[in-house]
Amino acid sequence: MNFWFELLQSILQIAISPTTAAFVLAAIGLNVHFGFTGLMNMGQAGFMLVGAYGFGVSVSYFGLGFWTSILIAIGAAVIFAIILGIPTLKLRGDYLAIVTIAAAEVLRMVVKLAVLQDVTGGPSGIPGNKYRPVFTELSPLPDGKTTILGLTYANTGVDDWWTRIVAWGIVALFILITWLLIRSPWGRVLKGIREDEDAVRSLGKSSYAYKLQALILGGIMGAFGGIVMALPAAMQPDSMGRPMTFNLWMIVLLGGAATIFGPLLGSILFFVVRLLLTSLAGEFIPSSLLNTQQTEQLAWVLIGLALILLVVFRPQGVLGNKKELSFNV
Amino acid sequence: MGVFTASPAHAAECAPDATTGCVQGVIKTSAGEPAAGIKLTLKGAGETQTAETDAEGRWVFSVTEAGKYTVSVDEASLPKGQFFKSADSREIEAQLNNQASALFPLTDNEAEASGGDAAAAGNGGSGSSSSADSFSWPRFWQQFVSGLRMGLLISLASLGLSLIFGTTGLSNFAHGEMVTLGGLLAAVFMGITGNLWLAGLLAVVVSAAFGWAQDKILWKPLRKRRLSLMQLMIVSIGLSITMQYLFQFFWGSGVIRIDKSTPATWTVFGVTLTVQSYIAMGVSLLAIIAVGLGLMYTRFGRATRAISDNPALARASGIDVDRVINIVWIIGAGLAGLAGVFLGLVFNGLNWFTGGQLLLMFFAAVTLGGLGTAFGAFIGSMLIGMMVELTNIWLPGDLKYATALVLLILVLLVRPQGIFGRKERIG
Repeated sequence: MNFWFELLQSILQIAISPTTAAFVLAAIGLNVHFGFTGLMNMGQAGFMLVGAYGFGVSVSYFGLGFWTSILIAIGAAVIFAIILGIPTLKLRGDYLAIVTIAAAEVLRMVVKLAVLQDVTGGPSGIPGNKYRPVFTELSPLPDGKTTILGLTYANTGVDDWWTRIVAWGIVALFILITWLLIRSPWGRVLKGIREDEDAVRSLGKSSYAYKLQALILGGIMGAFGGIVMALPAAMQPDSMGRPMTFNLWMIVLLGGAATIFGPLLGSILFFVVRLLLTSLAGEFIPSSLLNTQQTEQLAWVLIGLALILLVVFRPQGVLGNKKELSFNV
Repeated sequence: MGVFTASPAHAAECAPDATTGCVQGVIKTSAGEPAAGIKLTLKGAGETQTAETDAEGRWVFSVTEAGKYTVSVDEASLPKGQFFKSADSREIEAQLNNQASALFPLTDNEAEASGGDAAAAGNGGSGSSSSADSFSWPRFWQQFVSGLRMGLLISLASLGLSLIFGTTGLSNFAHGEMVTLGGLLAAVFMGITGNLWLAGLLAVVVSAAFGWAQDKILWKPLRKRRLSLMQLMIVSIGLSITMQYLFQFFWGSGVIRIDKSTPATWTVFGVTLTVQSYIAMGVSLLAIIAVGLGLMYTRFGRATRAISDNPALARASGIDVDRVINIVWIIGAGLAGLAGVFLGLVFNGLNWFTGGQLLLMFFAAVTLGGLGTAFGAFIGSMLIGMMVELTNIWLPGDLKYATALVLLILVLLVRPQGIFGRKERIG
């Protein structure tokens, strides 16, 4: 019985963790790209990296304040989106996919350079205590610990309620922004581009400009995902590589592309199901058959298979509408 | 080979946490090859540890106490003809929950060598780049031939990728895993048979059979379901994740060596490579020529090109499209498997992510040459191979794959159809 209680508790814990929120944020951005506009962005992890390092380096190396650093992170994401978008948005979808994945990898390799050790921390990244203080000192919460629903965290500290409140606050804000934008005339043009780009062009809209705007908007959301992911932990280049992008795709497709709540549901499902798999296997399969590491690997194998099955049999995901989903090309 | 540390699972040998600190580094020979089997000793905080570099030249110590440590290298364990450029021991300030690194640059010029007893460098060389000695023509020549080798190996894989893209339109993200599979299978067969040639042959045959099965079981039914190309691409990403973790499950995340003996080297025209490298280059070139001639002059080759041009028209003119595509998968997977075998031999071992690491190089090569053209894929691969090895002369080694990817992005900017592609394929 104890096992089940603990399992419930860890499900709750992972469902509200800042990392989950970070994935939701980046997935909302990817959903703006892919779900609403039909852009095959395979480098969302690159946007997260730009955001995280834009913030982290501004604080730890240049000693800037919190708000300035956030602005710099947003600016970096905008520039990255423009650099990626201008050449590729005129090309067919798979070119954007290859360019974005390549650009994200190049960024990761550059950030890891030993030459940049002083600025970016090289392969080991920037430890959290170098940039977290500017964030924690904004906290209005009193000192001490608080327990809600059996989960106890410090009010303000390393892995705290303050980070969770801010992270999920940004999630709520971004969901609201997407909802408002997508039902606005601007959002209708985006959907139009997804459905039939030539029709949109014939109405005198510059589909290129709209696609670039969508790429920038989703990229900024990805950058916030990167910052939120780095806040409770450290900043590591390898945690924002290709696997991260693929996970985000999994999340968007699972929750339902082109839906408002799809990324939220997808993220929580993704983490909870993975947790369920590994803890159930850990509890009921003797470790002589499968050790923890192997369980983790098999969970990944299942994630890969699930991605295949999802795309083939239910591309619209849990919440989506098949008519809304379009894979261009 | 700093790039091989890209995967988080690989860092498992020493993961810094609150009670552990890591001291690590990579030793490369003057030719830029990882130097395996070099013995190192770590002294400090009242303990002494020894370690040996692995097939990637990596060495690592984990310490449980912060403080000053001395890492020294056993000069007798250096490869023949290699000398220390600066020092054979370094002092390092290790911290818990952090990584410290030390470099031991080697040279093949005895006059340049410092002599083993040089003073320990003050700052422990931590974090300095492993790049770029000054330019010299012999070094350029050595890197040039390494570039040829890299280019030929990339060609093997990107030919298959290009043929599959040409006939089916699929950007196959699981192609890197087919390469890895070839190398891992070769290691298995080597263990069973003990004969390298036989092991390589069996690995290629099984890889080709895997290509056949993959098409029959997965891709053909999906084509029949009329999935869009983007969906197929995501399916291949799922397949790639699945295979990567299956490799880890069965083979672990460490380096697998196909041939455990110390490879012999040959020096031809001032270029020192392992004998296996020369054989790999020769066999690759033969395989590429065979595929090229096959595409040009056989009935099957003509059918393949017809399908690349216009599948509907090819079907209407009586070509059995599904059969041709199936054979393309067999050839593509076989070539990828061969590339994996050679990569494992040439770089003295491979791991679950070797192919995944190179996947973007294959894409870069194929795109550079022009998507879906076999000759273009070959030229593109050679350019990418050169780029990867030659940038090593001027830029830090960590950047060698990055430059090729930057080249890819620039090509798509200026000439998205690639060098040999035709414009109507785009947009």
